[in-house]
Amino acid sequence: MTQNDLFGRDLIQRDREWHPPAYAPDYKTSVARSPKLALLSLGNTASELTGPTFGHGDIDPVDSDLLRNYASTGDPIGERIIVHGRVLDENARPVPHTLVEIWQANAGGRYRHRKDSYLAPIDPNFGGCGRTLTDAEGRYAFRTVKPGAYPWRNWVNNWRPAHIHFSVFGTAFAQRLITQMYFEGDPLIAKCPIVRTIPDQRAIDMLVAALDLNASVPLDSIAYKFDIVLRGHRSTYFENRPEGN
Amino acid sequence: MVQPLHYLKESASQTAGPYVHIGLAPGAAGFDIYHAELGHDIIGPNAQGNRITVTGSVFDGTGAPVKDVLIEVWQANAAGHYPGAGEVEEGFRGWGRVIPDFDTGVFRFDTVKPGAVTGRDGRRMAPHLSLWLVARGINVGLNTRMYFGDEAEANAADPVLGMVEQAHRRETLIARAEGGTYHFDIRLQGDDETVFFDI
Repeated sequence: MTQNDLFGRDLIQRDREWHPPAYAPDYKTSVARSPKLALLSLGNTASELTGPTFGHGDIDPVDSDLLRNYASTGDPIGERIIVHGRVLDENARPVPHTLVEIWQANAGGRYRHRKDSYLAPIDPNFGGCGRTLTDAEGRYAFRTVKPGAYPWRNWVNNWRPAHIHFSVFGTAFAQRLITQMYFEGDPLIAKCPIVRTIPDQRAIDMLVAALDLNASVPLDSIAYKFDIVLRGHRSTYFENRPEGN
Repeated sequence: MVQPLHYLKESASQTAGPYVHIGLAPGAAGFDIYHAELGHDIIGPNAQGNRITVTGSVFDGTGAPVKDVLIEVWQANAAGHYPGAGEVEEGFRGWGRVIPDFDTGVFRFDTVKPGAVTGRDGRRMAPHLSLWLVARGINVGLNTRMYFGDEAEANAADPVLGMVEQAHRRETLIARAEGGTYHFDIRLQGDDETVFFDI
């Protein structure tokens, strides 16, 4: 692809009423970390329509297996799960060969991070991060343990629902997305000020992974299915674009 | 009723949280897990052009440094080409991850100064780095650009800087040059608030 091919590949605009606003005061840290002035809308240029690519030389196959990628004396403790799904764009096209990174707490809600001082113990066999590339059809899969809920200093008695953080790239820097996956049926989802930064219940529902018994491994692991949607490219039929749409 | 439009909605963003390093920079979280962490080397061994250092801090609305921010950098090479859209040197990724020192909040990274890139209408954009900031308390990653203080002429002609209605706010996007080092502070909120883009 040359730089000229990028023109006419503009992305569908981000729906800022669907995403959480920057200022969401029930999530207290957002109060001092949200811009007060309006964002400046920028028509996409090469700087936004290109983005980094990653290959199999960058990562190891075991990187997607959180049951094994930090194990030293045995398997981690916790509910063994598979998290799988597809990365699609808003035109429902798969996003192939894109990097998906995840991180999470262990089964007791403790993160392996020097700043986490929660009294639940570290699991010596669990690191809590993974990464993989989607395949040609946009599919990905991780094996891990289901993370526990954990308390955080927002209101006095706030608990995060069980969640896995997701980072996805796409093909354009403007598609870059970080989000969180929640688990079907968790009663903490409706109570969480971070979840509730999202104004539309349908957008929240899109972040809740469904139990997927069809993808579970009998006598081994339960599965959850979580599809991720990145921004799609617009169809602009009458722009100055000689090569067609 | 009309025909339905079968577009999907984008997955909603959520904050990266305070422990973003576990996933994206586990060494900073305090453990060693991958054979190679991504994002440490923006330009690779063969990059042409002027080697530069960029340093600065991100400040919140109270003026305190945001020590748990993670910044991603995306840039063209010295000839103004992005990987995937032109010829770049072998090993030139154009992308990096930057985290500040947990104690001081000061970040620092090495790269090459990018060349000018053609903009939408054929006009040249002044050399710039695209930056994306995520952190605890930031619900949707913030996009901004860093321009170079020693490119006054190119900056004055830059179509994006020209879109900033209040001329004094353009200064928030321009790094102060000091030899081969550029100082760039980002203010999330309040006085001298950095210009952020909806891209």
